[in-house]
Amino acid sequence: MLDQSRAGDIFSKICKRSSADEVEALFYGGHSALTRFANNTIHQNVAEENYGVSVRSVFGGRTARATTNKLDDASLGRVVEAAESMAKVQQPDPDLLPMPSPAEAAAQRPGSDTVYVLPKRHFDETASITPQQRAEVVAGIVAAGQKHKLTTAGIYSTSQSVEGIFNSRGVSEWHRQTSAEVSVTMLGSDSSGWQKANSPNVAHLDPETLAQIAAAKAFTSARPREIPAGKYTVILETPAVLDLVGFMFFDFGGLALLDQRSFLNNRVGTKLFGDNIEIWDDVAHPLQSGSPFDGEGVRRERVQLVDRGVVKRLVYARATAQKMKGSEYRDKVGPIGTTGHGFPIPNEVGEAPMNIVFGIPRDPKTLEQMIASTDRGVLVTRLWYIREVDPYEKILTGMTRDGTFYIEEGKVRHGVRNFRFNQSLIHLLSNVEEMGMPIRASGEESFDMVCPPMKVRDFNFTEVTKF
Amino acid sequence: MKQIADWALNLANVRGATYGDVRVVDARARALATKNGKLGSASDSESFGFSIRVIADGAWGFAASDDLSRAGVEAAAALALNIAKASAQVKQSNVQLAPEKPVTAEWTTPCQIDPFSISVEQNLDLLTKIDRELCSVKRVTLAETNLNFHREEQWFFSSEGSNIHQTKYSTGAGYSAYSFTGSEIQKRSYPNSFGGQWQNKGYELVEELRLLENARRIAEEAVALHQADQCPEGTMTIILDGSQLGLQIHESIGHPIELDRVLGMEANFAGTSFLTLDKLRNLRYGSDLVNVVADARQEHGPGLGTFGFDDEGVPAQCTPIISNGLFTGYLSSRETAHAIGAHRSGGTLRAENWNRLPIIRMTNISILPGEKPLSLEQLIADTDRAVLMQTNKSWSIDDKRYNFQFGTEIGWEIKHGKRLRMLKNPSYSGITTEFWNSLDAICSREEWNLWGTPNCGKGQPQQVMGTGHGAAPARFRNIKVGSAYKGN
Repeated sequence: MLDQSRAGDIFSKICKRSSADEVEALFYGGHSALTRFANNTIHQNVAEENYGVSVRSVFGGRTARATTNKLDDASLGRVVEAAESMAKVQQPDPDLLPMPSPAEAAAQRPGSDTVYVLPKRHFDETASITPQQRAEVVAGIVAAGQKHKLTTAGIYSTSQSVEGIFNSRGVSEWHRQTSAEVSVTMLGSDSSGWQKANSPNVAHLDPETLAQIAAAKAFTSARPREIPAGKYTVILETPAVLDLVGFMFFDFGGLALLDQRSFLNNRVGTKLFGDNIEIWDDVAHPLQSGSPFDGEGVRRERVQLVDRGVVKRLVYARATAQKMKGSEYRDKVGPIGTTGHGFPIPNEVGEAPMNIVFGIPRDPKTLEQMIASTDRGVLVTRLWYIREVDPYEKILTGMTRDGTFYIEEGKVRHGVRNFRFNQSLIHLLSNVEEMGMPIRASGEESFDMVCPPMKVRDFNFTEVTKF
Repeated sequence: MKQIADWALNLANVRGATYGDVRVVDARARALATKNGKLGSASDSESFGFSIRVIADGAWGFAASDDLSRAGVEAAAALALNIAKASAQVKQSNVQLAPEKPVTAEWTTPCQIDPFSISVEQNLDLLTKIDRELCSVKRVTLAETNLNFHREEQWFFSSEGSNIHQTKYSTGAGYSAYSFTGSEIQKRSYPNSFGGQWQNKGYELVEELRLLENARRIAEEAVALHQADQCPEGTMTIILDGSQLGLQIHESIGHPIELDRVLGMEANFAGTSFLTLDKLRNLRYGSDLVNVVADARQEHGPGLGTFGFDDEGVPAQCTPIISNGLFTGYLSSRETAHAIGAHRSGGTLRAENWNRLPIIRMTNISILPGEKPLSLEQLIADTDRAVLMQTNKSWSIDDKRYNFQFGTEIGWEIKHGKRLRMLKNPSYSGITTEFWNSLDAICSREEWNLWGTPNCGKGQPQQVMGTGHGAAPARFRNIKVGSAYKGN
């Protein structure tokens, strides 16, 4: 395992070989393993170990990056030379800032309420899981499916990873963490059910319960009936919520606004969503994951993005904040300042909030309560193949999958054939009638976040498929 | 490299593996991009490592490492064995591989100009010129350009005696112009969206694409879309350009024919397929004009799915997938071939890099051009009313690959055989087999192009793979148009 001390030694070697004005090194890597099963059989079972370093060189407003997973002296020399030669041939960029100093990277910035200690995110119990232990868990999941004559598919993965950043002005940041994930699909002859969870701490996963819920969804949705497409009240379980809303957070970066590719252009400060929508970016939240610094080593701040339906502020890398302050938009975008959300430089995207936490609703409901209060609606377990149809109205299309049910008079009545939707995210977050307690949720189309299940009126299903 | 493979395979053999293969891969990539006249990104990357795949106790194990010392290689081999034995705890039957004759071979992408021999300065100069041309059009609010080069050298060794050395090059190039008004973002891309055109070629691809010559037109179209009428909604005839048809093939033919999906091996993530085994040689997939092949051979062209051998040492092949509308073939591997009664793998097992397990991937899944001479202009002239749709903007299909919806960047009204007004926000949707059965004309060879899809995701852990799709413009009758904006 690459540690901060060895990375520091490697960075010293990089500095010795560098002729640039400034140099930065990002370290990444780890060990990961994934046991995959289908047809009640472990059919793919893999492990990987890999570490690398990415070097950025700067010469008077010009910068480039080179990356290698070979950490011997000759390769380090070659990667420094590659970054330098690519940087030297460019035109200087007047907006390129000097690398941050340690004080600037860690500073408590004016207006910030970030005073946090990152929760523990590395657990030896997760790191030490063996292939045999993963197989035993999979055997339990398969047995749970076979009780109901269902076929199982899924994964059980564990990993430990590191990331670090050093620069020639003295920044030295390091983060290590573990991750464990279980995803289960139960298949009947004409139906399926799915569940997924992950956590840095394997002790927080409950594969048996996930298997039981997935199995219950599969046999409850058997013999699905076709109901017509149209606008329905839907109850979206948390994976469905996060896979939808995940499509909007790259638009909360300041550079997206400056580039005029954000649906928030001309909308920051306006009431875009319902009163009940509150959204934060908070890397230190106990249910969140990830490192406390960004692609330049700057500490991530806790930022309130949406307050009672109003888009309150954006996130900024250092250079974007400076650019925004000098732009025509500076009086229309709320508070402007570095928030520690930048991606490694150079990049075209700028920044994005990646540690999303929804606010706790005033009157949280359980899923059962939401179903009970629904006269006619659809319960959605999971969504699939979501893509953006319209970038400004934020219309998304996609399909339901692995457990879609008709609700009538407060009860789940039967499974239904899967729908295609074409739904504006703006309308969706304006039509949320009820929410549950936010939990750490995991889907397939977006990054993990802390979000609630939602009951939404007038969800726009446009077509029905054949199963 | 042979020494590395020997260390791994000898240890695996001693500890009871009944089969093993080793891949050592040295990969290099360069990515350059501009945005609104400035550098967007400039990066070089290299990755070197190996993996060992074994069968022990009738089950698979796989381990990959960047440590190529003898101790590192033997530790990975031991781990792969340990993993295989764990896999054997949960199995229904033993893994069986279709036979494959061991080969010793060398293969390299025919590459006229090594893309890494072109200076970064020259590359950035081209991108800057294109960027300047895009930005010179009033009301273009964002211009993005990119060049991408890849080189992958792989050594494959198997316990059956194969020894294959392959070097593959690929190049991607393209750009986009965006225009934002008060309430609408419009975009045009060239030669295709999602990074442009990608092929297994060297720098010669960049020279062939006439990038700079098309920049002003593309920028002007992005701006003009604001004034264009919304594409109408209803059931109508559509004509798809070759790049959009390529993606249509990818999603509604390429994925459903993957035999691992059909057999349920991707059920938890990428999904399954409506193409159950009973449909082979029985399903009328499309009209008589639909002829589709999966062809990884160099003679098919420089697609992202072109190679000498797949990643388990099976030579590149051409498999008929749809023959005069009849469904005739799947994409298979040595492990899955028996499921369709085949005596040999179709040669489609590929891995993203050294650290990933090879899985069934599309090669070049191409619709063959029409036999009668037919240009796009002649096809338009032969069409009374239709919408011509160009350049993909959005794409989505269900997890069995029945129901799809696509949007394109631009549309054109066709009326009485003439291309008339521009239409914005075109989209269409349908059910796979109904759609392909509605094809009633396809252009001939001179309109056929081998498009590259560089970003196909599949597998857990997810792997991104490049695939090729040969296509010519084609006409489809009675297609549902405009659902994407219905109700919003």
